[in-house]
Amino acid sequence: MDLTVRGVVRRFGPVTALAGVDLTVAEGELLTILGPSGSGKTTLLKVVAGFEIPDEGTVRLGSEDVTLAPPRQRDVGMVFQNYALFPHLTVAQNVAFPLEMRRMPKPERDRRVAEALALVELAGYEARLPRQLSGGQQQRVALARAIVFNPRLLLLDEPFGALDRKLRESMQLEVRRLQRRLKLTTLFITHDQEEALILSDRVAVMNAGRIEQVGTPGDVYARPATRFVADFVGESNLLEGRASGDAAAEVPGLGRIALARAAGAAGDRTTLLLRPEALRVGAEAAALPNRAHGRIVETVFLGLSVKLRLRLDGGLELLARLPLRPSEPLPAAEGETVPLGFAPEDVHVVGG
Amino acid sequence: MPRARRRRTGGRIALTVFTGVVFAFLMLPLLVVFPISVSSAPYLQFPPPGFSWQWYQRYLDDPTWIESTIRSFKVAFLCTALSMALGVPLSFALVRSRLRGMRIADRLVAAPIIVPTIIISIAVYSLFAQLRLIGEWYGIAIAHTILALPFVVILVSAGLRTFDEAQEHAAMGLGASWPVAVWRITLPQLRPSLVSAAFLAFVTSFDELVIAMFLSGASMTLPKKMFDNILLEIDPTIAAVSVLQILLACLCLGLATIFGRGALPSSVTR
Amino acid sequence: MSSVAEARAAPSRARPDPERARERTLLLLAAPALLVLGVLFVWPLLRLLSMSVADGTLAQFEKAALDSLYIAVLWDSMEIALFVTAICLVLAYPVSLWLVQAGRLGFILGMFFLLLPFWTSVLVRTYAWMVLLGRSGVINRMLRDWGLIEAPLPLLHNLTGVLIGMVHVLLPYMVFPIYAALLRIDPDLKRAAEGLGAPAWRVFLRVTLPLSLPGVFAGCALVFVISLGFFITPALLGGGRVIMIAMLIEQQVREFLDWPFAAALATVLLAATLVIYAALGRLTGGQAHAAR
Repeated sequence: MDLTVRGVVRRFGPVTALAGVDLTVAEGELLTILGPSGSGKTTLLKVVAGFEIPDEGTVRLGSEDVTLAPPRQRDVGMVFQNYALFPHLTVAQNVAFPLEMRRMPKPERDRRVAEALALVELAGYEARLPRQLSGGQQQRVALARAIVFNPRLLLLDEPFGALDRKLRESMQLEVRRLQRRLKLTTLFITHDQEEALILSDRVAVMNAGRIEQVGTPGDVYARPATRFVADFVGESNLLEGRASGDAAAEVPGLGRIALARAAGAAGDRTTLLLRPEALRVGAEAAALPNRAHGRIVETVFLGLSVKLRLRLDGGLELLARLPLRPSEPLPAAEGETVPLGFAPEDVHVVGG
Repeated sequence: MPRARRRRTGGRIALTVFTGVVFAFLMLPLLVVFPISVSSAPYLQFPPPGFSWQWYQRYLDDPTWIESTIRSFKVAFLCTALSMALGVPLSFALVRSRLRGMRIADRLVAAPIIVPTIIISIAVYSLFAQLRLIGEWYGIAIAHTILALPFVVILVSAGLRTFDEAQEHAAMGLGASWPVAVWRITLPQLRPSLVSAAFLAFVTSFDELVIAMFLSGASMTLPKKMFDNILLEIDPTIAAVSVLQILLACLCLGLATIFGRGALPSSVTR
Repeated sequence: MSSVAEARAAPSRARPDPERARERTLLLLAAPALLVLGVLFVWPLLRLLSMSVADGTLAQFEKAALDSLYIAVLWDSMEIALFVTAICLVLAYPVSLWLVQAGRLGFILGMFFLLLPFWTSVLVRTYAWMVLLGRSGVINRMLRDWGLIEAPLPLLHNLTGVLIGMVHVLLPYMVFPIYAALLRIDPDLKRAAEGLGAPAWRVFLRVTLPLSLPGVFAGCALVFVISLGFFITPALLGGGRVIMIAMLIEQQVREFLDWPFAAALATVLLAATLVIYAALGRLTGGQAHAAR
């Protein structure tokens, strides 16, 4: 069922945690709320789950207004940060809990529990206690418990934080697979931008109690609407300058930069985004319209790529990320000065 | 534990010997009443000249002993029920409320531990005398609740503080109302604290003398009956009663250790 | 949401605040217990204290202050409480130290030795001490049988007996806070000190002892204050020769029915208790009231 959040405001004394949030999650969609801690994403989650009542605004599930409904009447499945499994109940009892609360007859309850556990590949673990399971298995139980009653909405509150990297990646894929298969409308909360980009149909970036941008992962990454989004999602070179009226801008330290289109009226302040992977280094730079020279001040190897920090003559620093192929040596070593270049199409005018 | 590995063995042995002596001092009075209680001598004699169950027989045959024992059980059961019914909800409030007044309430609940029992006793006595509650067994139980409440609150609060409230939220999100979440999720996990608290409340009431002295009137509790007998005559019947009480304490302590959290010392400080 | 019609339909736009609802529920849960405490503890206590000045004067307090008997008893009570506290501390500290270092079996055994007396009635234990300490009690009998003494030692019906009985009752109250404080000391600290080459006794003096002081103060506060108001043990083991202030209060109520004077003595005892407890509690950083 789709979720609609309209004009939600929540204040705690002098602090405004949510300053008017509008959001729609379509049926079957996985939407991620991405934001740093303190951005209000946890408060938003609580408002949707029913643990907080907003001061203003409404929350709707389908056509039903649930703004004031207590959590138990919302039919929302939730996976908590630390899973919040009930340690004194077995795996089966944990998963059966929401069904029991809904007074489902025992035979059907047992059938649904078995189904849910099979779905998360935990058949055979019914009689175990949570503490007898690994972290990944505990998470699967939490997931089974959240979906077993066919919730109208699934909430995931940073569920992968406690897992190590490898397990996290496989769990992310598994959650995604399950969510697609069951066509569950899902709201996923995280501060991990990589996770958000991998998992989501759409991403909503939150900052200071507001949603700054909603869009597909590709959109948010390539065409950030605000400076905050550009900075928070992925690595970035943010260039402050002034539009020159035509398809170009003046950037102190770089000079005139050719753009794909105008960045505003002549003299307007503008912020330009250049992703590190769009910056060319060495011989390929020569053919590009925007060129400069920079000294390599730092080289960081990242497995499949290498990250360079380059200092230009004016003191401006740029990040470049180059693919690393074993056959091709690095274009230059630290301390050397190299030519740089980038195409006008690769420069995004933030907010433009 | 490897903590003490490098300590000089001399100091270690001295420490162990000293501790052993202190433990012997603690156990000595509990142990000495056992042989006295099965003595065949009609007065205190040690070592006992012979073996006899006569003092236990005398206890069982004397209706005043039996009556006071039954009365003490009734008082202790009611006191346990009252102090649990009041103390467990209070613990939730003390641990979870952010109201400033709760910190004062916290102090107030602990106060009966340090306010001298004699003062509490005469204060309650003068009130109960007006209410004509002197001599009523339930009056004693109600007064004992004041003494048992701090122990219940300290033990239950300690348990509650280590409980992750997110579990209650999870249960509510899954369809439980708050009372159901507490009943099905929180209280079962608090069981060890609850068991210990109940036993401690029971023992506190069952053994209490000073309040009972003032409130029991002619219908005595077991400690009051014992106290009067000690003042009159030290006969081995009291030793037999003492043995029974020590065994009861053993039983309570044992049950609290097996089913509870051992009544201590996790709750020594908050 | 903000349309005029809707605002009129719902004149009170204030929405339920779960936080406030929660506080209200918690207050409701606390209410019965607080009510009972108020009616059965605070109210009777205030009533009692007010009896001391019922005639509108401080005459009862003057009576207590001018009679050297009452001053002496109060002073004796303080002295006894101090003795008991000191003896308990001397006995409890090594025991706590041993408990922290003990293995699992030792710990269980030690806890049993501490808890069983703790859970046994004070009256039973006091009676047992009468059996042990009397003129023809177990200890004197055995010492005489072994030819160690000629005449029985005066152990009962004097200060010695009272101190023994009270220390026995209060020792656990001293052990538990000290044990808890010792347990909280990070063993790495001691290892670090030992690693730096400090001998064991210096590690104890410079690391263990100072860090355990909050527990020591907490235990002392508790033991002193409880001792001060003791009644059963001195009444039975003192044999009329050791009088503590609680016994005086009881006597005023039961024998002389002099409520105003009993109330005045109770006020003095309560004031002394609270002042001393608050003063010592300050040293512990407020942990003392949570002992046990």
